[in-house]
Amino acid sequence: MDFATLLQILDSTLRLATPLLLACLAGLFSERAGIFDIGLEGKMLMAAMASGAVAFLTGSAWVGLGAGIVASILLSLIHGLASITFRGNQLISGVALNFLASGLTVLIAVNLFGQGGRTPPLSGDARFQAIELPFAEALRDVPVIGTVYHELISGHTALVYIALLAVPLTWWVLFRTRFGLRLRAVGENPESVDTAGVSVVRLRYTAVAITGVLCGIAGAYMATALQAGFGREMTAGRGYIALAALIFAKWRPWYALYACLLFGFLQALALRPDVIEGTVGFKVPVPALDALPYVLTVIVLAGFVGRAIPPRAGGQPYVKER
Amino acid sequence: MTKLPVWADVVLVPLLSLLLALLISALVILAIGEDPVEAMRTMLEGAVGSAYGWGYTLYYATSFIFTGLAVTVAFHAGQFNIGGEGQAQLGGLGVAVVCLSLPWPHWTLALPAAMMGAALFGAAWAAIPAYLQARRGSHIVITTIMFNYIAASLMVYLLVNVFRPPGTMDPATSRFPEGANLPTLHDMPLIGGLFSPQVPANISFLLAILACVLVWLLLWRTRLGYEIRAFGKSEPAAVYAGISPFKIIMLSMLISGALAGMMAINNVMGESERLVLNSAEGAGFIGIAVALMGRNHPVGVFLAALLFGILYQGGAEIGLWTSIPIELRTVVQALVILFTGALDNAMRMLVGWGFRTFARRDAAGSRAGAA
Repeated sequence: MDFATLLQILDSTLRLATPLLLACLAGLFSERAGIFDIGLEGKMLMAAMASGAVAFLTGSAWVGLGAGIVASILLSLIHGLASITFRGNQLISGVALNFLASGLTVLIAVNLFGQGGRTPPLSGDARFQAIELPFAEALRDVPVIGTVYHELISGHTALVYIALLAVPLTWWVLFRTRFGLRLRAVGENPESVDTAGVSVVRLRYTAVAITGVLCGIAGAYMATALQAGFGREMTAGRGYIALAALIFAKWRPWYALYACLLFGFLQALALRPDVIEGTVGFKVPVPALDALPYVLTVIVLAGFVGRAIPPRAGGQPYVKER
Repeated sequence: MTKLPVWADVVLVPLLSLLLALLISALVILAIGEDPVEAMRTMLEGAVGSAYGWGYTLYYATSFIFTGLAVTVAFHAGQFNIGGEGQAQLGGLGVAVVCLSLPWPHWTLALPAAMMGAALFGAAWAAIPAYLQARRGSHIVITTIMFNYIAASLMVYLLVNVFRPPGTMDPATSRFPEGANLPTLHDMPLIGGLFSPQVPANISFLLAILACVLVWLLLWRTRLGYEIRAFGKSEPAAVYAGISPFKIIMLSMLISGALAGMMAINNVMGESERLVLNSAEGAGFIGIAVALMGRNHPVGVFLAALLFGILYQGGAEIGLWTSIPIELRTVVQALVILFTGALDNAMRMLVGWGFRTFARRDAAGSRAGAA
């Protein structure tokens, strides 16, 4: 594998890791607050459809992004209603919302555009365009550093940089603010938070809403940046890979970045079977690469590579003492 | 919260959930500018209005009974098995291996062997998540989801690289031998006249009914079933009573996986007569809705599976004859899971509130009568 090919693969790694990272951080907020969310997939899908449709109708990718976030938050609120207010089973709620998104997106897209569940292809301002970082062109010919800067770091859409910035931001919010401390506490021991006079319900709803926002961005990225429009089931299990990355990262923001980059790298490799064959010397079946993130997650869950311990109050509805 | 009488909990709450799900679906249909009444009519007519429709409805219901029972058995042990989809696909692999390995002379010989294959492969696919839960505490919901995806990749690999007959492009096995073809319900004595020829519903439907009976016997009439239910109700109490958590998690999940795998008798052996990609077609997930709707009881599972069979066949007809997309059935399925599973407490509160209101009105009425 030569340098140019490597750069190409790393470049697509970054692009493919972005939706995973956003969804993974989304799950991080929710699960750190004690609400399991296996509905990341559904929220992303819903947001992808809403943003694709609205971006096409208005011609603005940013308006599309807003619509995606709203759609995703709506699903989040249903999840919150089921799991916080009515103390239902959070896992079942997630499963239900995934199916709801899977059905509704096609229903709405067919109804709006009549193209078999797709939105019409987006172009121009309806899509997020690549941003050229400053001096990228000037530094282009500087060996290695300039090339890396020009090819790999510069030239992505705004949402890629937003996703990357979300990592330190998430870390800062969770570990350096009062809100973050409370959020983590509510996922470990909600009684103590309640005793301190802080509303468990409000904290958890806030966390679930943040999850909605981040999943909304992830979905919008799928439909208006990574691809040009929404297609049925376009998230293709990314919500679950993000969930896997979250466990792989042991519910920590920086590890989430590494896990998502790793899984993004695997996805990028799966697109280039020729490169793998050239590097390892034999043909690796593509399905094996597809399955690798899931296999890795099972291995992590099994506790063979350190222990993945979820937030202690995760999945349990909080019943206030009387 | 008012404590509900058993009949309300078992019958009223699921029915109310279904009603709400249908009502919201009707609103969705209205919102996309179609006629919900017309849709309902098309659905019912297509699903139960003809011998042909019945044949499909029962075919779908058969698959859903198996996957619904699979979720039920695991649920009673406190395990949420979302892996029915993967287990059903592996069950299909088991059926294919058995059917293709011998030139079966007659289906009566092929069927028991294929059932063993399906159950074995399905159970094997559930065994790893079960073991990881029992021994290493890995959350079974996450591992079974992961195993669904691993199963999908595995099936792609096997069908494209191993089982595909040379010279074909289709990622599928070759056709099963003639002797491994199951009789359809039309071929059956006595009831055959009720079905049109070429219906996909086959003898597996009777096996599914048998499976309901056996699961009921297992759960409520055997020692193991008692232990499973005790463990599911309270793990510490079960451990105190000398029940081994490892044994219960493993056995309940193996039985669950075997049941999900047995679904393949219906769709792989009974209908397509070869193994194709994505053979389970989501039936593993519908099992979750069926088990929730059926209140984790074999009788309930049977009825809920029939209902989902109607929904599935009817949904296909809606997709065919109206301009409402077939995905409507996914929406209904999602809403049923949401109301019966996640918003369960809300439904109970609603029914409880109804009861209290009626009780008050009754009391007021009788007082008025006395005066």
